[in-house]
Amino acid sequence: MTSEKRIGRRQFSAGTVLLAGAAGLAPYLPFGRAHAAGPSKLKVGVLLPRSGLQALIGQSCQKGADLAPEVIKSALGVDIELMNADTESNADTARTRAERLIEEGANVLIGAFDSGHTAAVAQVAEQRGIPHIINIAGAPQITEQGYKFVFRNFPTAPELGRSGLSLLSDIFKTSGVTPASAVFMHVNDTFGQAMAKGVEATLPRLNMPFKLLETIPYDPAAKDLTVEISKAKATKAELLLLVCRLNDAIVLRKEMVKQRWNPMAVVSPGSPGLYEEQFTKSLGKHAAYAISNTVWYNPKSEMTKLVGAAFKKKDPKSELAFHAANVGYTFDAILVAADAFKRAKTTDPKALADAIRQTNIPANVRMSLGGPIAFNAKGQVEGNRSAVIQNLDGKPTMTLPSDFAEGKLVFPSPEYKKA
Amino acid sequence: MPEADLIANVMITGLLTGMVYGLMALGLSVVFGVVRIVNFAHGELMTAAMYAVVLLSASTQLDPLWLMIPMGVVFFGLGYGLQRSVINRFIQRPEHSQLLLMLAIATILVNGLLMGFGPDAQSVQTDYQLDSFELGPLLIDKPRVYAATAAALTALALLAYFRYTTTGKAIRACADNHMGALVTGLPLKHLYALTFGLGTACVAIAGCAQMLLLDVTPAAGPAYTLLAFVIVIVGGLGSMAGALFGGVLIGMSEALAGLFVAPSAKSMFSFALLILILLVRPAGLLGARA
Repeated sequence: MTSEKRIGRRQFSAGTVLLAGAAGLAPYLPFGRAHAAGPSKLKVGVLLPRSGLQALIGQSCQKGADLAPEVIKSALGVDIELMNADTESNADTARTRAERLIEEGANVLIGAFDSGHTAAVAQVAEQRGIPHIINIAGAPQITEQGYKFVFRNFPTAPELGRSGLSLLSDIFKTSGVTPASAVFMHVNDTFGQAMAKGVEATLPRLNMPFKLLETIPYDPAAKDLTVEISKAKATKAELLLLVCRLNDAIVLRKEMVKQRWNPMAVVSPGSPGLYEEQFTKSLGKHAAYAISNTVWYNPKSEMTKLVGAAFKKKDPKSELAFHAANVGYTFDAILVAADAFKRAKTTDPKALADAIRQTNIPANVRMSLGGPIAFNAKGQVEGNRSAVIQNLDGKPTMTLPSDFAEGKLVFPSPEYKKA
Repeated sequence: MPEADLIANVMITGLLTGMVYGLMALGLSVVFGVVRIVNFAHGELMTAAMYAVVLLSASTQLDPLWLMIPMGVVFFGLGYGLQRSVINRFIQRPEHSQLLLMLAIATILVNGLLMGFGPDAQSVQTDYQLDSFELGPLLIDKPRVYAATAAALTALALLAYFRYTTTGKAIRACADNHMGALVTGLPLKHLYALTFGLGTACVAIAGCAQMLLLDVTPAAGPAYTLLAFVIVIVGGLGSMAGALFGGVLIGMSEALAGLFVAPSAKSMFSFALLILILLVRPAGLLGARA
């Protein structure tokens, strides 16, 4: 018996992929490996709701942040120090934590998942002149206020809704089945209202084959959605369009089962909730066939393979698919910061912001699905793509677009019963 | 106009939820009616009971329905001890001192639960959690029926205790005539502690019932306290029947407001009802008869 630690097959494989992937990415990266004299480390303040109402999604995003220093060091040669802060699913706490991170020396802020929290962090970042790269938050007004230090590589809620709804046509075309009616339910918070406006404005323009019978907003903190589901079921709609978070999605799906309401499918046109690990864990077989038309990782990207290997090494019991969008967009936000730091060769906030503005990361180098990461004059990236993600065989699976598909779409759900 | 079966379904849901609310508020009303102290830690005690159910259910695999009796006994003891050791010393003190004491207990409970369990929601799984009874066009949530039945039985048992037992009559005597109870030599401190214990047992059983319906977080306590206050003020502070009636009224008004107005605005109607009652009948709907 010796005390020598041996490298296991799995660790070896993961390490090999990491190195090979990093080497493979190098030619695509818009910067060299060599680092000129200057600060050696970028301090990245990561603000996420790791406790409270949105804790599970915040923790999922955190996985992307936790992987970033190792992967980015191996791929870009940039040293990153994470400074993690919990927003406790509260906008006031998000603001306070952002202030504190800046006081403690954060060079750039990343976060904060929720639109309301992100708007609070963005205000602080702009006032203090520290770059803020939004990982996930859809409210359009955040990048409509002329901020100079706020950047977002994530679609706005109307864009999310628009691409989510456009993908409905692809679902109907692929399956050959078209519902005649739909009911729309959405959380009544900043994100949900922005999404609702987007959906209501976009639906008529898209000439959808179904009639929207009713829109039902509900409290995101609601613990009982009996009345809401009773109302939705009473419309006899064949499709449920749902803009949700995680906890409410679980409560809502349970209530659908209790009330024996089985529409053709529950489709989210761009919100989280249905594809989260906790949704499947809590609901088991009742989580199956739920569809999220949403942003996702690009399964064919070199960066996804690299991050996937690191994820497997760090968390062998979990599946990256459950955290795809959260990890992908959080990782990409830190990647943008690292890229800018590498080019700016300084942690001076103004120089960093200027470098972020010049970002041009190719589509196959970013982890999330979309075109190159390049910010427009408002600090917004255009060209982020959505995909049809369906819960199949106990995990979320990309079923459309067909050139990226990892599984076959099931529509309508086998449980569908005509009302 | 919604269809009749939808209205009936929603009303039944509101009625069943309201019965659990009623049991929760009953504990608050009983304590105020007898001890004359306003328990601002009421919802937090219920949250503590709900966490105890989560722990016990996970370790014993027992259904929360089976845990109601042992939980009632344990929380009766806790309530009795709390009254004897701490609250009794504050009974003669000014109301603001009592308020601060109860708020301090509430804060300790919330933060203790946060430290012990973290901020995330906890739930209990049962075999029937997604089942419903089907009565023609009506689908009635099975856990809600069980929770409401347990709440109704507990409330009946408590009413019978106060009406038919000697100790129950002595407690009512304390509530009706404090001076008379002192003169006749009733053991007031013991009776107060007994009452607080019974109130706490009620809220613990309501917590068991609530775990069949909802998840629990440490932050849920203040919302339950507020809800219990709304119910007892609507029903009549100090009135046992008023608490039950108020619970059902609030449960049904929330459900119907959700159906006819806007689901996301249903809590607003509880408070609108509260303001209306305070304006037209400040003693509460059944307060005068208490």
